[in-house]
Amino acid sequence: MQQNLSHNIEEPASSKTAQKILENHPGDNKLSYLLHLADNALILAQRNAEWCGHGPILEQDIAITNISLDLLGQARNFYQYAALLINQQNTSSNDPSLNTGTVTEDTLAYLRTERHFKNCLLTEQPNGDWAQTILRQFLFSNYQYFLYQQLQQSKDEQLVAIAAKSLMEVTYHLRWSSEWVIRLGDGTAESHQRMINALEELWQYTGELFQPAFYETSMAETGIAADLLSIKNKWMEKVVAVFTEATLTIPEKTFMQQGGKEGRHTEHMGYILTELQYMQRTYPGCNW
Amino acid sequence: MITLKNISGSALQQEEEKILEILSTVTDPEVPVLTILDLGIVRQINVTPTDVSTVEIVITPTYSGCPAMDVIGMNIRLALLEKGYKNITITQVLSPAWTTDWMTTSGKEKLKAYGIAPPQGQSSRIEKLLFEEDKNIECPLCNSINTRLISQFGSTACKALYQCNDCKEPFDYFKCH
Repeated sequence: MQQNLSHNIEEPASSKTAQKILENHPGDNKLSYLLHLADNALILAQRNAEWCGHGPILEQDIAITNISLDLLGQARNFYQYAALLINQQNTSSNDPSLNTGTVTEDTLAYLRTERHFKNCLLTEQPNGDWAQTILRQFLFSNYQYFLYQQLQQSKDEQLVAIAAKSLMEVTYHLRWSSEWVIRLGDGTAESHQRMINALEELWQYTGELFQPAFYETSMAETGIAADLLSIKNKWMEKVVAVFTEATLTIPEKTFMQQGGKEGRHTEHMGYILTELQYMQRTYPGCNW
Repeated sequence: MITLKNISGSALQQEEEKILEILSTVTDPEVPVLTILDLGIVRQINVTPTDVSTVEIVITPTYSGCPAMDVIGMNIRLALLEKGYKNITITQVLSPAWTTDWMTTSGKEKLKAYGIAPPQGQSSRIEKLLFEEDKNIECPLCNSINTRLISQFGSTACKALYQCNDCKEPFDYFKCH
């Protein structure tokens, strides 16, 4: 006797279809750029969410998870936009196997593998202690702040809208994390030392932020992506200003790691995805 | 922040007003004293001239990650279905970005009565110096302005946590955005 396992709700794109769909767009620099922006926000959101229930004090536990939620919302906006573009392209494609399911924000977050994620290495670094989490947030919020500011000049209307919305949130993240860098750096001998340790660990991942991937270069040329060189100086000015108050100095002669933007990640990435994607991998298509 | 599109007194505007009336019963699940109109998140009401039971409601999120948005969309749909509307589309737009400046005066009063200090000043105030606090936030319980910031992030993304130095009560402040 045959069991009928099919059901009536719309079939989500399977993992295989998702890979096929994405591999079908290798030259799509706009899609890569959107996924890069989305992945940055999603992975840092996931990292910050690990603090939920473990923050040093209740108020800061709430603060870091609020930031996580904002980032998750930003990631959703970018993924939804990317999914829209993919679906538009697939409908007009002649390949029938690309029309077997609808791509959603969830397909992009839950069914891509490590090599397809384009987030900066900084966002996937472990939480470490509170100092390391704070420093990672400051370095990245500072980056997002100027990036989203620049994106308001993008020729892509939806990117402008997402960036404008996100910028208001990031303004709060940047102020909060700047204050914490100062509080810890210029705090006790212990907190100062911990900030130095965090800086030694994380500084090597800051070079990649301003090293454009091929899709960023291409999208900047068409006026869609932000010009990373122009935000680098503003980012550095802010770092210097906050570090000076925090009595911290920028490490010298650090070898800068890179690769995340093109899918070459640190070993931490696989573990993050294992946890993040567990439910969809184990129960494909499961819903709340 | 919503302006009706059709000419005053026209049949279509009457339809829009009917919908507005229904929308005024839909509340924010996280701050149940506020309706979605008080919050200023309803952007547009589009009635189909040839079929008034087909409507589009355009809303905008308060924060990118606000988990209430999906629930709000569903509640709008349910409220309209109950009144006989058949084809309902809920569209989310991001631009222009929502700001607390769009909250109505009556919305702010309701917030205060509920125990949450309403946003003070304009949204342009989100750019501040480091360690600078929003000063003189009025305690919603004893009306004292002798209050202090506990944390910039409160029980939801839109609120900060304050404490009153006079009556000692901690309270939520709906921060400028």
